[in-house]
Amino acid sequence: MSDALHIIQDPTLTYRQELVGLARLGESTDDTLRYSDAYYAAKKKGALCDLNEGVMPFRPRYICPDYELLFQKGCRFLELDPPTDLLEAVNVLEIFYCHVPSITTYPVYLGDLDKLLEPFVVKEDRDYAKKVLRLFLRNIDRVQTDSFVHADIGPEDTVTGRLLLELTEEMQLAVPNLTLRYDPERTSDDFALACVRCMLKTAKPSFANHRMFVGEWGERYAIASCYNGLSIGGGGYTLPRMRLYECSLDAKSPEDFLERELPRYIDLQLEYMDKRVKFIVEESSFFKTNFLVTEGFVKRENFIGMFGVVGLAECCNHLLGIEDKKKGFGMNEAATQLGVRIMDAIEKRVSEHVAPYCDAFDHHYRLHAQVGIDTDGMDDSPGTRIPIGVEPTMLEQLEVNEKFHPYFPTGTGDIFKFEETYLKTPDAILSIIKGSLANGLRYFSGYLENNDVVRVTGYLVKKSEIEKLRQKKQSLNQVTLYGMGAQDGGHALDRRVQHHEESAC
Amino acid sequence: MKRAPVNKIIPFSNVDGPGNRTSVFFQGCPFNCLFCHNPETIHLCRHCGVCVEKCPAGALTLDAQGQVRWDSGRCVQCDACIRLCPHDASPKVRWMTVEDVMGEIRRAAPYIGGVTTSGGECTLQNDFLIDLFTEVGKLGKTCLIDSNGSFDFERDPRVLAVSQGVMLDVKAVDPAWSDQLISYPRDTVLKNLDYLLRVGKLYEVRTVIFPDRDQENEATVRYVARHIGDGCNYKIIRYRPFGVREKYQKLLGEFTAEADYAEKYAQLARDLGAAKAYVV
Ligand code: SF4
Ligand code: SF4
Repeated sequence: MSDALHIIQDPTLTYRQELVGLARLGESTDDTLRYSDAYYAAKKKGALCDLNEGVMPFRPRYICPDYELLFQKGCRFLELDPPTDLLEAVNVLEIFYCHVPSITTYPVYLGDLDKLLEPFVVKEDRDYAKKVLRLFLRNIDRVQTDSFVHADIGPEDTVTGRLLLELTEEMQLAVPNLTLRYDPERTSDDFALACVRCMLKTAKPSFANHRMFVGEWGERYAIASCYNGLSIGGGGYTLPRMRLYECSLDAKSPEDFLERELPRYIDLQLEYMDKRVKFIVEESSFFKTNFLVTEGFVKRENFIGMFGVVGLAECCNHLLGIEDKKKGFGMNEAATQLGVRIMDAIEKRVSEHVAPYCDAFDHHYRLHAQVGIDTDGMDDSPGTRIPIGVEPTMLEQLEVNEKFHPYFPTGTGDIFKFEETYLKTPDAILSIIKGSLANGLRYFSGYLENNDVVRVTGYLVKKSEIEKLRQKKQSLNQVTLYGMGAQDGGHALDRRVQHHEESAC
Repeated sequence: MKRAPVNKIIPFSNVDGPGNRTSVFFQGCPFNCLFCHNPETIHLCRHCGVCVEKCPAGALTLDAQGQVRWDSGRCVQCDACIRLCPHDASPKVRWMTVEDVMGEIRRAAPYIGGVTTSGGECTLQNDFLIDLFTEVGKLGKTCLIDSNGSFDFERDPRVLAVSQGVMLDVKAVDPAWSDQLISYPRDTVLKNLDYLLRVGKLYEVRTVIFPDRDQENEATVRYVARHIGDGCNYKIIRYRPFGVREKYQKLLGEFTAEADYAEKYAQLARDLGAAKAYVV
């Protein structure tokens, strides 16, 4: 059976999912972009992975339009005037979203929704504003049917932010993904606690370390897709990843890995990125003719290449001959220290490489702790995470995270699963989040055991939707399929639950 | 150097006072509550050696002085020792200095609002607590005492001076029921209830509700509710057989007290003026 026929006959694919699949297939027939033999060998081995980005990049992977500009100037191409009230604002966004490309074909960044809509919301009656926002969110969930669609709120408390939280809880939708940009001085405890409560019940928002991101990107940064830090009015060209466990398989020792294998693979991934970035900029039409570019909603100089890694834990364990994961990376000082040395080496080599078309970032790519894909199974844990099932206490897990999160301006994060009593004590979670962000954690996600909407590795899915796929029915959300894979192969829903322990008396 | 027997330290707890707290559990308790969920915390180890050879991991040894030694690195936390111990003790107790305990608290400090000491009965370590709380206070963190009320805080208020408050168990008010349930006269407990309330150091009171003990439950709840009013939280806790010694399970019940049954007492407490009474 041909691949095309396979797609067309798959009962679990919606029409649009088929279309995307067929487009991918079409793209894969071209071989204009060629890489070195060494690159192909590394890819075949599984040491390098292109995340199925497609052989012919015809747009950047992630695009974060400047929606403020849209609201100021309107859009000539789409014949949209600047909105004058809430209804118009929401309508302008809904239309615009449909024309923002990405690797998933859906917009991965919807804007800082609270800031964008607040001037319009405060002019309306609260109930009316809520109703409009409810329809807006419903539109997003049913039209932008992909869990990598992401909106941001915060750091300040706003009426719009509150309404979005209320609706998120009432509607229990997997789309959009949501992040609170948290700054201890600008985010009130009251608003942060409302976010914690909402997070427990709906697995969102996650908490982003606002100060850390501002330090790296300036105020105008977006959290897009899973947890990716990018520039507003820019985005990410490409995101390939080193699968560090596979990279370590031929090394004879940690030193051998650090001196020989690691630099070799880093350079191959850089070669791949350079070629793709140049191709997107120089050959494909996106940066020449797309209205997003010609009207200034994105600028080429605000794009960056994202250098991804996964499987640091398994890599360190393998190099040190640790077979029992329970005694490995995250629980074992030597393994964790080796992890630091490896990340130092990757960071150094990548920052020494002069990257094409990354003008706003000193001509360098930035690191990304890739969250894993469903086919990774248990070989490579997401980014620098401790493998699922052997997590130590939450305190120890946070301490390990805090060591590694600063390496990744283009995104990393960890997820914690809480049990019911935390619903009554959101202040306990806020206290943990505050401490951890102050200590270098970049991104914190949490959810309650037994919820329907759950966070898999970075994105959200509904457990009930996974069930649909198992019964060979269609799921509107194209990410549900990854969720099922991650649940089966990576046991991604089995992470340690933060329990309260029975007190002694 | 002062040392105290520590049963365990939980770096993050959301059930031992407000916010996220580090809980320090000390070994040893003057009560012997029938419903104790962790009877292995009641007594100090007598070094009888019974548990030593039964440890499947070789984590327990008798040293030259005849003292039991516990190797935490080898221990696989199977709790066989605890189940076998004929003396309601545990060999897994660490005799720690204030600095030892502070080491663990400092590590958790960025993430917590404070520290709660518990047990066993932490006030048996009164002098240790005073030093510990003084150090914790320097970190800008609060200190709460989780107590069974056997220590007379009025007679020696030093520890209160360095702590923010007490979470007090009032388990039984009826004298006969008290003697049976906790093997201890309840007078000091009730005296503490009034005193702590008076000096503004009562953070919460807890009472366990037992299945089918209408009279006893009601006497306790009425007494507490009348005394505390809306002055502090009142947690009504459902009896759970989990961890309770078998012989006492037979006496008290092999089932968890029904939620509705417990709620009845929370409502009674609220009707009597204890506005912050709720079931957990
Ligand atoms: S813990 Fe119990 S059984 Fe073991 S030596 Fe001490 S008293 Fe004996
Ligand atoms: S819990 Fe007790 S019996 Fe079990 S390994 Fe540890 S010391 Fe040994």
